[in-house]
Amino acid sequence: MSYTNQRIAYGNTLVELGKNNKDIIVLDADLAGSTMGKLFEAAYPDRHIEMGIAEANMLSVSAGLAQTGKIPFANSFAVFVAGRAFDQIRQTIAIGKLNVKIVGGSSGLSDFGDGATHQSVEDIAIMSSIPNMTVICPADANETVEATKAIAEYKGPVYMRLNRNEYANVSEEGKKFVIGQPTVMKEGSDVAVFATGYTVGLALKAAESLEEKLSLKVINVSTIKPLNADTIISLAENCKAVVTAEEHSIYGGLGSIVAAALAKSKKPLEIIGINDTFGRSAHKYQELLDFYGITADHIKEVSENIIKMA
Amino acid sequence: MKSNYYSDEEIKSLEKKAQLLRRDVVKCMGIGNAGHLGGSCSAAEIIACLYFHKMKHSSKNPHMVDRDRFLLSKGHVAILQYAALAECGYFPVEDLQSAKDIHSYLQGHPDVLKTPGIEAGTGSLGQGLSIGIGMAMGLKMDKIDSKVYVLLGDGELAEGQVWEAALAGKEFNLDNIVAIVDKNGLQATGKVADRFNIDHLNEKWNSFGWNVIEINGHDVRQILSALDEADVKKGCPTVIIANTVKGKGISFAENVVSFHNCTLTEEMYNSALKELAD
Repeated sequence: MSYTNQRIAYGNTLVELGKNNKDIIVLDADLAGSTMGKLFEAAYPDRHIEMGIAEANMLSVSAGLAQTGKIPFANSFAVFVAGRAFDQIRQTIAIGKLNVKIVGGSSGLSDFGDGATHQSVEDIAIMSSIPNMTVICPADANETVEATKAIAEYKGPVYMRLNRNEYANVSEEGKKFVIGQPTVMKEGSDVAVFATGYTVGLALKAAESLEEKLSLKVINVSTIKPLNADTIISLAENCKAVVTAEEHSIYGGLGSIVAAALAKSKKPLEIIGINDTFGRSAHKYQELLDFYGITADHIKEVSENIIKMA
Repeated sequence: MKSNYYSDEEIKSLEKKAQLLRRDVVKCMGIGNAGHLGGSCSAAEIIACLYFHKMKHSSKNPHMVDRDRFLLSKGHVAILQYAALAECGYFPVEDLQSAKDIHSYLQGHPDVLKTPGIEAGTGSLGQGLSIGIGMAMGLKMDKIDSKVYVLLGDGELAEGQVWEAALAGKEFNLDNIVAIVDKNGLQATGKVADRFNIDHLNEKWNSFGWNVIEINGHDVRQILSALDEADVKKGCPTVIIANTVKGKGISFAENVVSFHNCTLTEEMYNSALKELAD
């Protein structure tokens, strides 16, 4: 079954996993209709827990469930799980390495209508800063299916960030997801573009439009953490310059992690992301992406400029 | 309800265990090292009743599937729980001396990865009851007949999450969880009552749908009877409001705010151990 929406891919994959794995318990905080936890709820009502609008309690309850051998998947919007329930995640789940999966839907700007309060531009930074935490950001629906299977199998705390909207797949359907392993989506020799989530597709578009003029190497970093610095260095090695792209603040996200890894490199590097500002409401997702410069054109333009500095 | 009969001998023996835990706490702190003495002493009888009588648990098999679980939501009195675990054989009593040493497995707050017998990390106040709710749910799903006991401080009740958990406890009819409030009336910097209104605490819990039992938290017979009563109450969770004295058993520390987290001089140390002598 092929999907073009991450949350629908996620919800259906949970249903598939729940068929054989009776330990999987899905929790929602009044947003099961958005997170697609409702699909699991419909399939296995006894293993879905509606926790009400109480995210902090939901995360601590998940910790307790994990300690009785369950595999809880706690869903909400990225901004609420990573923000409101930060302390619950840090204190009990992360310090104790508990087997809790935290899934932040409607991440980045993808909840375009709801504005700054509901758009998470800092969830990667928050979650990556917590020791013991694994942070996953799949490129598209295909990869979400495989990442969901991988995190269910992995024993330990995981945060997975998902987009709300429909968009075309760029990753291969059914390709096994290996936690911690970036994927080279397109080889290239001038500029290495490290992208994550929705921006992987944008980087590929930029690469395609530049093909005659400039060779872009596109790397899908779907595991933000753990991400080995040597892996980043070796992926960038054959290129003259580096660009990173993410639908997240330029502070503490993929760009910061790549920049830290390449600190000793002499290659010019530019971080594309949201420039230390909150989101805002718009009528269309694309309107917001254009406004904040999360576009293929922007990646193209930055790549063309940065190669001049190399 | 008809309560179990406990002989004077059984009661006496648990009272002695509580004093033993207090002595362990004082020795664990030693002279000149900071430790949460006041709140350890207020909860000593409660902990003694749970670990030495009520709870089904085994130091030989700490992960026994049908064990009862204990969560120290007021995680700052970890030394009291360590004393109970040590006296129950989870680790050597002598190791209490190493608490908070840089390489010690006995951390300042309970650590599930480091210390045998700890069920989950607690200490950021207000979260233990929610963790307990999750455990109680998981046990029910697996039809395991075990209880979850959660010890909270009264100052901790200012944390909003406690009341999220209280709502959930009733919503899911978790009659396998027992919250115990160590109502010693003091918090780190003063009286709880000066910070928020803790009158009508019974009514507050009652209105959230909990079975409320109020006791003297230093009276072993009352503690045992309340714990037994919680066993027979079905369809809702139970909270035991235990009226206690902070610093109980050490005259110079009783009801004195500064002994929340304190250091002992040599004179205090000796005098405390003398008062707590078997």
